[in-house]
Amino acid sequence: MGNEAQPQDATASVDFQEVQTTERFKTLRKRHRSFVFPMAVLFLLWYFAYVLLAAYAVDFMSTKVWGNINVGLILGLLQFVTTFGITAWYVSYSNRKLDPIAAEIRNEIEGHEFDKDGNVISGVNK
Amino acid sequence: MKTMVPAVNVEALKDTTLLNMGIFALFVAVTMVIVFRASRNNKTAADYYAAGRSFTGSQNGTAIAGDYLSAASFLGITGAIAINGYDGFLYSIGFLVAWLVALLLVAELLRNTGKFTMADVLSFRLRQRPVRIAAALSTLAVCFFYLLAQMAGAGSLISLLLGISDWGGQALVIIVVGALMIMYVLIGGMKGTTWVQIIKAILLIAGAAVMTAMVLAIYGFNLSSLLGSAAEAANNPAVLNPGLQYGKTETSKLDFMSLGLALVLGTAALPHVLMRFYTVPTAKEARKSVVWAIWLIGLFYLFTLVLGYGAAALVGAETIKSAPGGVNSAAPLLAFHLGGPLLLGFISAVAFATILAVVAGLTITAAASFAHDIYANVISKGKADATTEVKVARRTVVVIGVLAILGGIFANGQNVAFLVALAFAVAASANLPTIVYSLFWKKFTTQGAVWSMYGGLAAAILLITFSPVVSGAKTSMIPGANFAFFPLSNPGIVSIPLAFFLGWLGTVLDKRREDPAKQAEMEVRSLTGVGAEKAVNH
Repeated sequence: MGNEAQPQDATASVDFQEVQTTERFKTLRKRHRSFVFPMAVLFLLWYFAYVLLAAYAVDFMSTKVWGNINVGLILGLLQFVTTFGITAWYVSYSNRKLDPIAAEIRNEIEGHEFDKDGNVISGVNK
Repeated sequence: MKTMVPAVNVEALKDTTLLNMGIFALFVAVTMVIVFRASRNNKTAADYYAAGRSFTGSQNGTAIAGDYLSAASFLGITGAIAINGYDGFLYSIGFLVAWLVALLLVAELLRNTGKFTMADVLSFRLRQRPVRIAAALSTLAVCFFYLLAQMAGAGSLISLLLGISDWGGQALVIIVVGALMIMYVLIGGMKGTTWVQIIKAILLIAGAAVMTAMVLAIYGFNLSSLLGSAAEAANNPAVLNPGLQYGKTETSKLDFMSLGLALVLGTAALPHVLMRFYTVPTAKEARKSVVWAIWLIGLFYLFTLVLGYGAAALVGAETIKSAPGGVNSAAPLLAFHLGGPLLLGFISAVAFATILAVVAGLTITAAASFAHDIYANVISKGKADATTEVKVARRTVVVIGVLAILGGIFANGQNVAFLVALAFAVAASANLPTIVYSLFWKKFTTQGAVWSMYGGLAAAILLITFSPVVSGAKTSMIPGANFAFFPLSNPGIVSIPLAFFLGWLGTVLDKRREDPAKQAEMEVRSLTGVGAEKAVNH
């Protein structure tokens, strides 16, 4: 792909189509997609619902709730809360459900061990 | 109640010019030393373009925030809230939410499959030549629009912060800033650029935090009384409600939807943001980068909410509008009100550092794309060695730097604010559909990619050309002419669905099939990190 003198890649002889059909890889792909797709749809719908309210429901958004704090400000701040929340949720989901299985597959193909951050800790390329 | 607003003496700002320059010079001196130290290990292409992939997630996340929080977001959003109230806040939310696309769909998969540029990923399993050329062209287009917007804005910033209002003086400052940027990128490469962005991000966020605390302290840490005071000073309770800026007409509402779509889908496809994911050693660190960026950027936009309403309450919309720099002067005037010349000097220096850091990031991205995609892979068909490629990249940096300086001088004073929105629209239309399809759609083909990228790029640029931002209105770039048949200033609502459609259509009509082995390799590598580029050990 690149133009650098490639060090002999440990993955050059791997049959990726075979890996793709293994149950373990299918599980990884399913876990990844079943989290990121619904979550992406959810936050996009929530964001555009908020934008539509700001554009077409000005009176509702201007309703004062507490002092000078109105519905619009609360919904806007909730966008921050959900963004931070989804971020934290995805990180914890990846740590539990995605990273271990990805490391297993990678370990098997490349033939070396990884620590929890994905760095090589022992072994050499096959 | 207008008398409650303490007067900010705009004339007094001029006396602080030397102090502003001094603080900025200190920033330049410190970063230059760091860039020189960082440059000692710039040997290979991976060093030059990707900083040896040796930054940690938290460092890279801070650099992403530094890259993303441009002068437009700091000065522009604070000013927009100060003048238009709620709608400025509404605008800032799109910039934050957009990062979830990067986190969930792009960052890690891209880090696992690419090497230096966006085109590496897009051409992974498709035919190299056509896809790489298209991806490089859209990269260069986005960088060019974004760069020109930054440099054209530099002129008004100079008149605001340094009190230099004549064209020649401003041109001189633009040349100095441009030359500094070229030096950073030439000497420091991605490593130097990243450090400049990290330092700038820390200064910017710290400065904004201090100002936010000062504003809140004045109102007894009661957001409601700050809002009340802002509404009173503006003599208009509607500043707390949506609609002042985007709710004027049905067209302006639709225009904001279009802008929102481009912001949310464009951020994760900005080439200079994507390139940052290659500076970390693993996909997990790429994920950490986005998490850090989301926290820092989110925090910063919460600060701008307080600063914007604080400027409205303490400085007053009229004073802001009549100051040199107009809307952009809200944050500097507030700094002067809160902390006198020293805080103003600090904030001004940070604003300059912002232009420097953002322009440096764009320049190295454009240079990498030209040298790696067009020169190494298309012109010399992958036969050029890494040394030659980096040499070409460095020369490209000088060419782009000179173009940026010329663009800054000649676009100075032009109304080119739409260029930032255009950059996001092009990224969302030309890049995002192909990124998503090639990562997640097995059947996607070269024809689909090429149709989607050129179609999205052409649609975004043509629609902008025939929109009110170029002609047909008082605020247009060419107010004298009228060839605006597209009513919206933001093309995203048309060009983004069109590009997704073209990607699908091109694929289903394509008679050629792509190599299933390559598709399998990309899918396995993207999710597991097998064979991903490792960090360079020195």
